[in-house]
Amino acid sequence: MSTFAEFLINGVSLGSIYALIALGFVVIFRATEVVNFAHASLLLAGGYVTAVLHDDIGFWPALLAGVAGAALVGAAVEFLVMRRHRGGDHSVLAIVTIGVDILLATELTRRIGTDILALGDPWGDAVVTVGPVTIAETRIAALLAAALLITAFLLAFRYTSWGVAMRAAAERQETAALMGIRLGRVSLGAWAVAGGLAAVAALFLTVFPTPGLERATSLAALKAFPAAILGGLDSTTGALVGGLLVGVTESLATGYQGDLAFLGRGIGDLAPYLVMVAVLLIRPAGLFGTKEPARV
Amino acid sequence: MSETLRSARLRAVPTRAYAWTAAGLVLAVLPFYLDRFWLQAGLFAMAAALGALGINLLTGATGQLSMGHAFFLAVGAYGYCAFAGDGTDGLAGLGLPGWLAAVLAVALAGLAGGVFSPIAGRLRGAYLGIATLALIFIGQHVLFNAHDLTGGYNGRAVPPLTLFGLTFDDSELLVAQVPFGAVEKLWYLGLALLLGGVLFARGVLRGRPGRAMNAIRDHRIAAGVMGIPVARHRAAVFVLSSMYAGLAGVLLALVFQRTVPEYFGMALSLEYLAMIVIGGLGSVAGAVAGAVFVSLLPQLLTRYSDALPLVSAPGTGGIAPGEAARYLYGAAVVAVVLFLPGGLVRLAARTPETPKSTEPSGEAR
Repeated sequence: MSTFAEFLINGVSLGSIYALIALGFVVIFRATEVVNFAHASLLLAGGYVTAVLHDDIGFWPALLAGVAGAALVGAAVEFLVMRRHRGGDHSVLAIVTIGVDILLATELTRRIGTDILALGDPWGDAVVTVGPVTIAETRIAALLAAALLITAFLLAFRYTSWGVAMRAAAERQETAALMGIRLGRVSLGAWAVAGGLAAVAALFLTVFPTPGLERATSLAALKAFPAAILGGLDSTTGALVGGLLVGVTESLATGYQGDLAFLGRGIGDLAPYLVMVAVLLIRPAGLFGTKEPARV
Repeated sequence: MSETLRSARLRAVPTRAYAWTAAGLVLAVLPFYLDRFWLQAGLFAMAAALGALGINLLTGATGQLSMGHAFFLAVGAYGYCAFAGDGTDGLAGLGLPGWLAAVLAVALAGLAGGVFSPIAGRLRGAYLGIATLALIFIGQHVLFNAHDLTGGYNGRAVPPLTLFGLTFDDSELLVAQVPFGAVEKLWYLGLALLLGGVLFARGVLRGRPGRAMNAIRDHRIAAGVMGIPVARHRAAVFVLSSMYAGLAGVLLALVFQRTVPEYFGMALSLEYLAMIVIGGLGSVAGAVAGAVFVSLLPQLLTRYSDALPLVSAPGTGGIAPGEAARYLYGAAVVAVVLFLPGGLVRLAARTPETPKSTEPSGEAR
C-alpha cells in the first residue's frame, strides 16, 4: 500500500510538470491557433541555459536566466518566423514549427553531445519520510512549484489585462483586433510565457531521480503532447487534467513494471501514448476540448 | 489564338518526351559509371521518394498531418525480413520467396494503416498529428522488445531478394565488363518501383480520387455535401500511404542489408514531412524532388566534408555532416513555407499558378 502511495505521489508530481509544459502548449494554441511542435526544443533550451550557467552565477540566478532564455527563444521564434508568414494557414504554420524544431533540436543536441549535465539544484537526492512513505524532496519541490506557477498563471489569465487580451484574442481574433488588442503582442507574450514555463519544467524533469539534462530529455518533454491533446488542445483545465493523468499513468506503469513484464521493458514511456489513443477514440476533441462547430 | 495554342502544344509534347527519355537513359546507364557510394545514395533517395509519395498523398493532397510515417516504413522493412527470413538466425521467419515476402510486407503495412484508420478517421489537424506520434513510440517499443521477430536492439539481417532467378546480392555478375553487385542490381529494381509508384500516384491525384482528396483537404464538410464519401476516402488514403511507406521500407531494408530499430524513430518521420514541404505539398514531382534533396544532402556533405568550410568529419569537434544537413533542411522547411509556398516544384513551373491550388487549407480551421 505504501509503495502504491509513493507511486501515486510521484505520479502527481511528474504530472504537474507535464501540466506546466502542456499549459504553455495550450496557451500558444489558444492565442494563435498554432500547434507548436517545437515545444520540446524550447524546454531543452531553457534547461541548457540553466545547466551551463549554474556553476558561475549560482543556481537561482541560473534558473532565472534559463527561464528568461527560453522565453526569449520562444519570443524570437514568434517574431522571426511565425510573424513572417502572412498566409495565416494554421496547418502550414504547424509544419513551420517542425522546421524550427529540427533547427533548435539539432543545435542543442550538438552542444549537449553525449554529456549528462547537472542543473545544480539545491535538493540533491535528499528524501522526506512520512510514516511508511518515502518521497524525494525534488518531487515535493516540483509539485509545489508547479502548483504555484499554475495558480499564478490562471489568476493572471483571469484578472490581468494581459490575460483578458489573451482570452479575447482566443475568442475571436478579428474582433479583438478591432477592440484595440494588439494581436502581435498577444502572440509574442504567449510564446514567451510558454518558453518560461517549459524552462521551469526542464529543471524538474532533470533533477533527481533522473540523472540530468541529456539528449533524451526532449523525449520526456514530448509526453506533454499527449497530455495537452487528451485534455483538449484549447482548454487550460484540460492541460492540467491531461498532465496529471499522463504523469500518474506513467508512474504507475513504471512502478509496476515487474508485473507488466509481458508488455516488454520501458512500458512506462509508452503508457501516456496508449492512454491518449484510448481517450481520443472515445472523445476525439479530448476530455475538455470544445468540439468545433461545423460551419459550411 | 487557338492556332498558336495548338502549335505550342504540338511543340511542347515532343520536347517533354525527349527530356523524359534522356533522363531515363541517363538513369539507366549510371550503374556502369558510378561507384558504390553514389549508387547507394541514389537508392536511398529512391526509397525516400517512394515514402514521400505516400505521405504526400496523405498530408499534402488530403491534408491529414501524419507524424507516424516511420512506423509504416518499419512495418514494411521488418515485415519483409519476417516473411523472407528462413529462421536460421534464430529469429522468426516464414521462409517465403523474396518477391512474395515483399508483396506481403507492403500488404502488411497497408493493413497496419487500416487498423489505425478508426482513430485516423475521427481526428483532424493537430489531434491527428499527435495521435500518429503515438505510432512512433508504439513502433519503437515493439521493435526493441519483440526479440524473436525483430532481433531487438541489434536488428536483423535482411535476406536478399530473388526475382526471376536473379538474386539481388553481392554475388558477382559481369555486365559489359562491369561487375554488378547488390547496389547495381537493386538500382534497376528501385528505378522500376519508383516509376511505378510515380505513375500510380499521378493517376490517383489526377483522377477522380485525387479531386475528392483535394476537396476534403480544402473543405471537409463541403466535400461531404457534394457527395464525396469523406470517411471512406480518408481511410483509403491512409491505407495507400502506408503501403507506399511499406514499399519504401522494403527497398530500404534491401539496400541497408540490415534493419535496426533506432533508424525508424521520430527523426525519420520529421524528415519525411520536411521532404514534402520542401518539394511541394500535394505534388508528385515535389515529393520526389524533396526526397532527393533531403536524403542526398547528408551524403553529399559527408563526401565533401573536407572541402567544405564549417563542416568536419564526425568526432572532430566541428559540425558533423549529418548535423549540417539537418540545419540545412530545417532551415529549408522554414524558408520554403515563408518565401516559396508550393515548394521546389514551384520554382520549376514556368507559369506560376495561383498559390491556392497546392496549399492545404481549411483542415485546421
